[in-house]
Amino acid sequence: MENPEENQVEPSDSSVGESVGQAEGPRDPSEPGTPEPAGERRGFIKFLCAFIGTLISAVPFGAGVWSYLDPLAKRNKGGGGGDGFVRVASLDAIPADGTPAKFSIVADKVDAWNRFSNVSIGAVYLRLVDGMPSALHTVCPHLGCFVDYRPGKKDFFCPCHNSNFKLDGSIVEGVSPRAMDGLRIEVRNKTEVWVKFQNFQPGHSHKVPVS
Amino acid sequence: MRSLLDWIDHRTGIRSLTREALFENIPGGSRWRYVWGSTLTFTIFVQFITGIFLWMGYSASSGDAWESVNYIQNEMAGGWLLRGIHHWMAQLMPVLLLLHLMQVVVDGAYKAPREVNYWFGVLLLLLVLALSLTGYLLPWDQKGFWATKVATNLITLVPFVGPELQQLVIGGTEYGHHTLTRFFALHAGVLPGLLVLLIVGHIYLFRRHGITPAEPVTKRDAYFWPDQVFKDVVACLAVTVAVLAVVLWSHGAHLGSPADPSEPYSAARPDWYFLFLFQFLKLPFFAGEKEVWGAIYIPGMAVALICLMPFIGRWKLGHVFNVGVIFVFLGGAGALTYLAKQEDVDGPNSATYLKGVLADTRDAQRVTALARGRGIESTALSLLKDDPKTQGARLFAQHCASCHRYDGHDGLAVELAKAESHDDLAKRTGVSSRFLSGDAVHPDWLARKTGTQDEWQPVKSVLKAKAEGPFDVIASVSPPEKPSAPDLNGFATRQWIRDLLDPDQYLSARYFGGTAHGEGAMYKKFLNRKVRKYDAEEKAMLELVVFALSAEAKLLSQAEDDKADADKIKQGIDHLIDDIGCVDCHAFGEPDPDADGPDLTGYGSRQWIIDFVKNPEHEKFYPDNNDRMPAFGVKKILTDKEVGLIADWLRGDYFEPVR
Repeated sequence: MENPEENQVEPSDSSVGESVGQAEGPRDPSEPGTPEPAGERRGFIKFLCAFIGTLISAVPFGAGVWSYLDPLAKRNKGGGGGDGFVRVASLDAIPADGTPAKFSIVADKVDAWNRFSNVSIGAVYLRLVDGMPSALHTVCPHLGCFVDYRPGKKDFFCPCHNSNFKLDGSIVEGVSPRAMDGLRIEVRNKTEVWVKFQNFQPGHSHKVPVS
Repeated sequence: MRSLLDWIDHRTGIRSLTREALFENIPGGSRWRYVWGSTLTFTIFVQFITGIFLWMGYSASSGDAWESVNYIQNEMAGGWLLRGIHHWMAQLMPVLLLLHLMQVVVDGAYKAPREVNYWFGVLLLLLVLALSLTGYLLPWDQKGFWATKVATNLITLVPFVGPELQQLVIGGTEYGHHTLTRFFALHAGVLPGLLVLLIVGHIYLFRRHGITPAEPVTKRDAYFWPDQVFKDVVACLAVTVAVLAVVLWSHGAHLGSPADPSEPYSAARPDWYFLFLFQFLKLPFFAGEKEVWGAIYIPGMAVALICLMPFIGRWKLGHVFNVGVIFVFLGGAGALTYLAKQEDVDGPNSATYLKGVLADTRDAQRVTALARGRGIESTALSLLKDDPKTQGARLFAQHCASCHRYDGHDGLAVELAKAESHDDLAKRTGVSSRFLSGDAVHPDWLARKTGTQDEWQPVKSVLKAKAEGPFDVIASVSPPEKPSAPDLNGFATRQWIRDLLDPDQYLSARYFGGTAHGEGAMYKKFLNRKVRKYDAEEKAMLELVVFALSAEAKLLSQAEDDKADADKIKQGIDHLIDDIGCVDCHAFGEPDPDADGPDLTGYGSRQWIIDFVKNPEHEKFYPDNNDRMPAFGVKKILTDKEVGLIADWLRGDYFEPVR
């Protein structure tokens, strides 16, 4: 085949290749004074090479993977008191007409090497049903987006995959596998609304707490 | 020089390496259609260089990530350019990858003996997508936070080990420092390392088997250098120019407001090339427990089918089938992507989406201004949480807007540019303009004629009425209930008090028309009986009372006017006490146990508002005739800090950058 670029090819310096070829190589094992190792011994050395190589390679990976698995050994250190309840609002702050209102969950939070006091760790919707408060997690049980309350339609709506829920959290339509997550709630000292704030694994038809 | 080169060549063999790299034979000569591989290598090169420089300014922790990216984008010399190139080049890469993949499949370049190289290519495609996904979270803004939450929640659907796998990926049960450190290690270490290995393998195998010539081969063969190299660098130049143009046009890349797990973000979307998967999961077929099919099994099977193409291609009609599959996949993904965008700008819930985009943009601009003007003492999020302009409005919307209004809306509206005419408004409301721009007007949002005090109306009704503009337009859905308490925009300013003392305005919905006070002594005994009959001299005295009363508020926005009008204010105080007779019903200057109306001492001042909001039934205000206003402080509905934020917001007493 004709080489269209041949005029542009810079010829190589042939002496270079020769000089490289003259470099000193390993000794010929057939020469006198170089006894051939026994096949068995050679096999053992190969095995040792592979074994030691694997072993020393495993050291950095082992140390790395061990520390990488650390989150599985840690328990969730959520905020709030010892029982997991967090004071969220005053009973009077919840609309009397049954409209849900969003409240931030403000609690202490441990994030790896930091401990933060009184920071927002999430939010809940509180509403009054026959004068008693109920709490729903604001996170969609489908894939964890923040569910909106729609005043015009008086329902909850997830702006990601269009699931919508009644005010009690039950599904109207959409792809969510379960109703919005209800949270345990207590009224303390007559007016203080306390909620046991916890997250649940999304995507399942039943509530599984994230621990 | 030559001897130096000879020396280097002797030690390294660089000449033969260069020859091997440049003088690869291209059957049929150079072609423009062969440029995609080189442009991709170039984009990856750009990403490595820009990425390493970004690394020099980035800090991967939940208290620093947004802050450092904001610094790069808005403070660092050239940072916006650096970040812009990295961001927009990443947007272009999936396009180039798809073009490359299509070309490989259509030309049959996946067939023997190039199967392994084809799989390397598929792996490279997946690696680039993984780089995009991990990079999306790193700015730690609302968009990245909520969108990546969806992505990492999908991991829990993996059979048997899902939840544990998710914990490992995000470094715990909740998003935090370790989510960022792990994502950053993947984004800047693990994935690029694998990428380099695969690219070396990809190019090695490509050279081993040679190029797959596009049929028909009509021209003579040629070497890679210089014809094909020239075409490649021209293509790379085109890529660079295109990306630089977008970077200059957008001044870098978007940065939303800092991630906040307690604030909604109604526009949580993945990057555009994942939108098809996002839309796919909306299909009713994947409802409930079947979601794993849409999220994992079917995409997994699609990738497996793409990997099997070399074997399918051996059958008689296998190649046609493969080409068909690629076009079906691309067509389907394209259609789903379009549907996702279309739904966001014209679907039944598009107002929610667009409002989410705008609210986030507003908060992002605000926190950037705060960071620049005041500095970040702890975190950017705490700047927003302590900012009256941001939090006062939110608290007002939640606790006050069921009765009150703020300039006709709930306090959270985003001001948009004016529409100059009816036609302009119609155009800005159109789907096409909304498709292109997040701040285009939505029909559910509000408009009113510029310069009037008319109530805001939904844009839909303004368009229907065909009233001529110009219009002010805001992004705020009309609150469902009618206002039943005063509109507090400009509270205690001269104009606000002037209008309050106008009998007709007092009875309008803007003031006390919707309250029991509309029937009270203020209207009946004073405004209706006296003010309506005021002559010019009395009206002049009333105007001075307006000056005096407004000066009690000590508003920052009026400080200069108050100083200039000190004499008038002094006269106004005299009129307030003597001629107009406000003190007949109100206390002023000293407590008056017989007063029926609110104490006017310090009216509209920060402390006055705080005291009023905390307890409107206090003897200073409405001990006997409070109309529905809850005692926000006494009942612990709001904390002292929250009441202070509302007061500061109403008074406009917050940081504003010097323009």
